[in-house]
Amino acid sequence: MIGLPHLLTLSAVLFAIAVCGIFINRRSVILLLMCVELLLLAVNFNFVAFAWYLGDLAGQVFVFFILTVAAAEAAIGLAILVVLFRNRISVNVDEFRLLKG
Amino acid sequence: MRHEAILLAPLCAALLVALGCRVLPRALMHGLPIAAVAASALLSTWALADQIGGAPVAVKLFDWLSIGGLDLSFGLLIDRLSALMMCVVTWVSLAVHVYTVRYMRDDPGYARFFALISFFTAAMLLLVMADNFMQLFVGWEAVGLASYLLIGFWFKRPSANFASLKAFLVNRIGDLGLLLGIGLIAGAAGTLDYAEVFAGAGPLAAREITVWPGISWPALDLGCALLFVGAMGKSAQMPLHIWLPDSMEGPTPISALIHAATMVTAGVFMVARMSPLFEHSQLALSMVLAVGATTALATGLVAMVQQDIKRIVAWSTLSQLGYMMAGLGVSAYSVAIYHLFTHAFFKALLFLAAGAVIVALHHQQDIRRMGGLRRRMPITYATALIGGLALVGIPGTAGFFSKDALITAVSRADGPLGAYAGWCLLLGVAATAFYTARLLLVVFHGEPREGILSSASAARPRSSSGSAGHASLEPVGPWMLAPLVFLAVPSLLIGWFTFAPVVLGDYFGGSIVNLPGGGPGGGDLSQGTLDFFLHGLYSPVFLLALLGGAAAWVFCHWRPQWSERADPFLRGPARALALGYGFDRLVERALIPGTRGAARSAADQADSRFIDGLLVNGLARAVRWGSGMMRRLQTGLLYHYAFVMVTAICLLIAWVVLVLD
Amino acid sequence: MQLLVDWFPFILFSGWSGMLIASALGVILARNPVHSVLFLVLCFVISAAIWLLLHAEFLAVALVLVYVGAVMVLLLFVVMMLDIKAERMREGLVRYAPFGVLVGLLLAAQLASVWWLRDSGMELLAQPQTPYFSEGNTRALGELLYTEHLYAFEIAGYILLLAIVGAITLTLRRRGGLRVQQVSEQVAVRPEDRVRLVKMKAERPE
Repeated sequence: MIGLPHLLTLSAVLFAIAVCGIFINRRSVILLLMCVELLLLAVNFNFVAFAWYLGDLAGQVFVFFILTVAAAEAAIGLAILVVLFRNRISVNVDEFRLLKG
Repeated sequence: MRHEAILLAPLCAALLVALGCRVLPRALMHGLPIAAVAASALLSTWALADQIGGAPVAVKLFDWLSIGGLDLSFGLLIDRLSALMMCVVTWVSLAVHVYTVRYMRDDPGYARFFALISFFTAAMLLLVMADNFMQLFVGWEAVGLASYLLIGFWFKRPSANFASLKAFLVNRIGDLGLLLGIGLIAGAAGTLDYAEVFAGAGPLAAREITVWPGISWPALDLGCALLFVGAMGKSAQMPLHIWLPDSMEGPTPISALIHAATMVTAGVFMVARMSPLFEHSQLALSMVLAVGATTALATGLVAMVQQDIKRIVAWSTLSQLGYMMAGLGVSAYSVAIYHLFTHAFFKALLFLAAGAVIVALHHQQDIRRMGGLRRRMPITYATALIGGLALVGIPGTAGFFSKDALITAVSRADGPLGAYAGWCLLLGVAATAFYTARLLLVVFHGEPREGILSSASAARPRSSSGSAGHASLEPVGPWMLAPLVFLAVPSLLIGWFTFAPVVLGDYFGGSIVNLPGGGPGGGDLSQGTLDFFLHGLYSPVFLLALLGGAAAWVFCHWRPQWSERADPFLRGPARALALGYGFDRLVERALIPGTRGAARSAADQADSRFIDGLLVNGLARAVRWGSGMMRRLQTGLLYHYAFVMVTAICLLIAWVVLVLD
Repeated sequence: MQLLVDWFPFILFSGWSGMLIASALGVILARNPVHSVLFLVLCFVISAAIWLLLHAEFLAVALVLVYVGAVMVLLLFVVMMLDIKAERMREGLVRYAPFGVLVGLLLAAQLASVWWLRDSGMELLAQPQTPYFSEGNTRALGELLYTEHLYAFEIAGYILLLAIVGAITLTLRRRGGLRVQQVSEQVAVRPEDRVRLVKMKAERPE
């Protein structure tokens, strides 16, 4: 039978993989964005699992809003990416260090 | 209502004249203050007459402040002590007001002067009529302010500015003592009302106050000593006397009113007013006695060698104030106040006479350039002579009664300090006689000195130059002579009427407290006025006075060349005396540069280096350094931030798992 | 047979979980960014399938339609448009891999430990008892969204609007030298700008 631990473990593994992705990948901002999407997916998994387990739809409502915000974030992130690439001909993470103090 | 009017009349006159100094007609400029002070004087006399047969009057004016448990109010306390003081203040002030009309005739600050002396009179009355310590302090500071403004009245003279600042600053020291004393009493007694504090003086005397962890003193000893420091400042006792001779930079009427007759006696009055407290503090009384006796002799000696007519009288004032203080120090409060009372008249008289001479000689103050004025200014001479005789204490004059009683009282004090004080006062009599006789002889007797008019006419070209002597004396007129005569009468005669009740009798009643056996009672000084007078003729005091006068006559009049012969032996001491024992030099060469140096080093070290350098700029530098360190964390690389974030998450989870469970 | 029926959802879940993890690894390890995006799409599709098992039908469909259909396509579009060199993408992978793996494992261990170590009082292995909606997931969710969470829903709409405006503003580019119609100028034109009346003598034709 599917239990809460299975779902939570799956989400934890997914989250860890996404974090690994952020660290392993030093080259592309796009991949960072994808990893962020994966992180959000892992979190959504938790919400859906608890909604299912506790019988409370509030969890699903939360997922709904997370999806909304994630979509907005993806759109803005990609727009920024496009502008960045237009200006620097690169999406290399290492080259973006304008924030350095 | 009439009690309030005593205080308010001069105050209103001062305000009106001050505000209307440009629009008022000249007659009102002096008319208003004179009328106000005259009314005040008459009402004071009425109040005094009431007091002689009646009980003290307490008038509550208004509540001022209420801080914590401390209620401060303004009220008038008219008992026999303050009634006497009010009469002295108002009558002398009236004489000075009238005198000023002529003295300041040509001065551009005519209205300002009248406003200020009226203000001073009001302030002095406020001080005298106070029924609590805070009001006393307010009056105290107000008279100090008036004194400052009037010493620096001719504010275009650098010396006047210096003198006014000096007076103000030296008085600061004393006022700090007074304020501390008042604060201590407020803390110890919980109230500042005279009646309540005095009623609780007995229990207060038993209390100890911790001045430093581990060290505690009797509260009253410390409080009275601090109050006396205030009195030392205001009454110019050594070593805080240095401002008084310099204060002669002010116009002469001011010297007469403020720096001789009234304000400087505020310290004496205050100690007498606090007699219920001082009686419980032998330490403070000893301090008063020591300081007073030392001042009486030391400053009297200085007066012997001064050349400036006003300064002689000023140093003489210091000496007489020392007498009063010494009297207070042996608990002879009534005698000291009596001396204050007679002194006010004859010292004001002497100052006003000196002012008349100064005006007549076109503002010449050096007695070496005077002489032979006896025939030219007979009224001035006669009144000055009366004042001088009273000052010396020739039996029969007002000064005799008060001073002889004072010396007798002090001479009965026991212990080495009492003996010292007694000798100081006795020798002081000889000094007094010497400088007074010298003053009178040099100024009014002998031949007119050469060169008087040359310098005087150089200073004042419009005065016609005479052939020799004082041919072109400036006429002084009745406005100046009338006050002289008016003051001469009490200087000569008042002792006969007042000595018996005030000193021998129990005039002060409850307004002055003497503990049993604490000081000489009134009756044991003498049997009666006439008896005291006759006894005075044989006393060593009179002998010493005659000796001093004779010495002055020999050295300054009969054989002046003898003093030149004695010069090699006396030059050193005379020089020390002329410098006033070097207190001024000490202040000017050690204290002022020392203070300046300390201030400068404080500015350089404490302010610039420590506060500005270390604290203010140091803080900025620390922030800058810290942010420089923090900057290195900001690599701008995304994965560094992500790494920090993830690490933080890991730590948070570890915390939740390991610590919270 | 009944056993199989009972365990069927779990078998499905296990299989899809394995595929989900595999494709997530694919996302971060693929050489070609286009492959990464495609792996990500796969992740979302599998997730949607798992969510269906958990009675989150509306969210599952929304995930596929909105995410896979819109966001992922946008991502794919951008990746292809930007022409990123694949070989450069992998530089440093080996260098940082041990570190990344370490962090990931640590995180996973910690997350799991929360559930294995911590006794929260919940029956972790128990099945959920009640169906938490009676008349269809979409309707239940809709009722909740349009009543209780109406304000949040409105705000979500504004966030999306902002995202649209923001994305357009960011990427909008005005290129010079383009010939475009200036409507305002056309409307505001005056006759004297266009027509010039000249006076001249009548001329006889030659």
